[in-house]
Amino acid sequence: MITPIALAADMQGHLDLGTASVAALMGYLFVFLGIVLLMAVIVITGKIMSSKKVSPAEAPKAAEPQKAVEKKKAPGSAGELKLYDTDPKTAAMLMAIVADKMGKPINELHFKSIKEVK
Amino acid sequence: MDILGTLQGLAQDSGFGLFFVEGGWKYAVMIAVACLLLYLGIVKKFEPLLLVGIAFGALLTNLPGAGLYHPELWDNFLDPASEVYHSYAPILAEGGLLDILYIGVKAGVYPCLIFIGVGAMTDFGPLIANPKTFLLGAAAQFGVFFAFLGATLLGFTGPEAASIGIIGGADGPTAILTTTLLAPHLLGAIAIAAYSYMALIPMIQPPIMKLLTTPEERKVKMVQLREVSKAEKIVFPIVVAIFVILLLPDTSPLIGCLMFGNLLKETGVTERLSDVAQNALMNIVTLFLGISVGATTVAPRFLNLQTLGIVLLGLIAFCFSTVGGLLVGKLMYKLSGGKINPLIGSAGVSAVPMAARVSQMVGQKENPSNFLLMHAMGPNVAGVIGSAIAAGFLIKVFGA
Repeated sequence: MITPIALAADMQGHLDLGTASVAALMGYLFVFLGIVLLMAVIVITGKIMSSKKVSPAEAPKAAEPQKAVEKKKAPGSAGELKLYDTDPKTAAMLMAIVADKMGKPINELHFKSIKEVK
Repeated sequence: MDILGTLQGLAQDSGFGLFFVEGGWKYAVMIAVACLLLYLGIVKKFEPLLLVGIAFGALLTNLPGAGLYHPELWDNFLDPASEVYHSYAPILAEGGLLDILYIGVKAGVYPCLIFIGVGAMTDFGPLIANPKTFLLGAAAQFGVFFAFLGATLLGFTGPEAASIGIIGGADGPTAILTTTLLAPHLLGAIAIAAYSYMALIPMIQPPIMKLLTTPEERKVKMVQLREVSKAEKIVFPIVVAIFVILLLPDTSPLIGCLMFGNLLKETGVTERLSDVAQNALMNIVTLFLGISVGATTVAPRFLNLQTLGIVLLGLIAFCFSTVGGLLVGKLMYKLSGGKINPLIGSAGVSAVPMAARVSQMVGQKENPSNFLLMHAMGPNVAGVIGSAIAAGFLIKVFGA
């Protein structure tokens, strides 16, 4: 399809400044329009999905077991990982060494607890 | 046997002899340019995966007598008055190795296959977590249209100006596909300009970022992004592909392949395919793309003022894309009450993940405890979609 802007070009395909400015402005606005519409679609999709994930009736039930898990944590802990006589810095270093030695990304490994053997 | 005559014939037919025919010096200059590009790729590590291939393609195509690439065959292919218009037969029959490889560029296959790999390597999580950053990906296309206007003023035709402008999208495959469709005779110069400036982003962007932002703005720490569920990540490429392609069908090769690659990554059931797209496929296509794009830089056609104009306009496009992203970043900083660091705006120029790293680097210089990388990845990947939409618009307006 030949567009009106392309038709406005001379025989060699050159555009005058006015037509080129209109094309540039239209293009920039079109990119914004497309992105804004896409953003709206993504926001709506996200809302639909998050509302399905946690329905209001289920939400309080889900919160309770979380409390129970928190109670079980060891005195020194980082998330689910329990630390016994180990500071978080040393634990992070040990986890990095294990991941390196095993040749696996750290996010694919699950550490349950780290304890200093005395 | 005429030994002297045979030796004379060998000397005349050798590539060395061809340097001394009329215009032969241009090949020597292009060989020097190719060696400079090799130096930048190998020693300075400027986008080496592509620049080394492009530079070596430029070297091979400018060795007189090698006959690896024949621009006259492609002229006939593109000439509507020619008997072999849009026919690959003469190229397959008479073309050299690089002519054959170039068919993948001409048919738009390589850039799209690369986009499958890019999609498979991209995490859209930060963008899904903070969709507002989509706007920065759109804002940073400013340079595309600014350079388009500048190219028109310098006397380039509409399709040529559109191809030059898309350098500002800072997206190599998008620039190559757009140029192949609109102004194939400029492909070599545009590809070299695009990849060179992408490699130079850590030098081009920081001065503009410092000029347009205050120290207070650069110090802003952004709140941690929400966690994005796996289901959201799977649905994202499907929704984007449906919506963007319906909105602008000309983006279908780029957006379709980008989102297909991303879906392979996110599904969790196509790990082997995702692995191939990210590694083997990406590497093979990068190899063919680089060397065949480099082959288009044939000396008599490349060494002219037009190429210098493209190099200059490419730089302008990159700078103004950065400016566009930063200005909208500043606007978002004001509107959010100082919660958004405007430095992430410059990452909207695409060039994943280099531009996001630059935002992180500049932000951390101002405030060493600041970590902007994940926040900058949102506009960074939005820039890929933004530049594809910009390319789709230009192809729609100026395509035959």
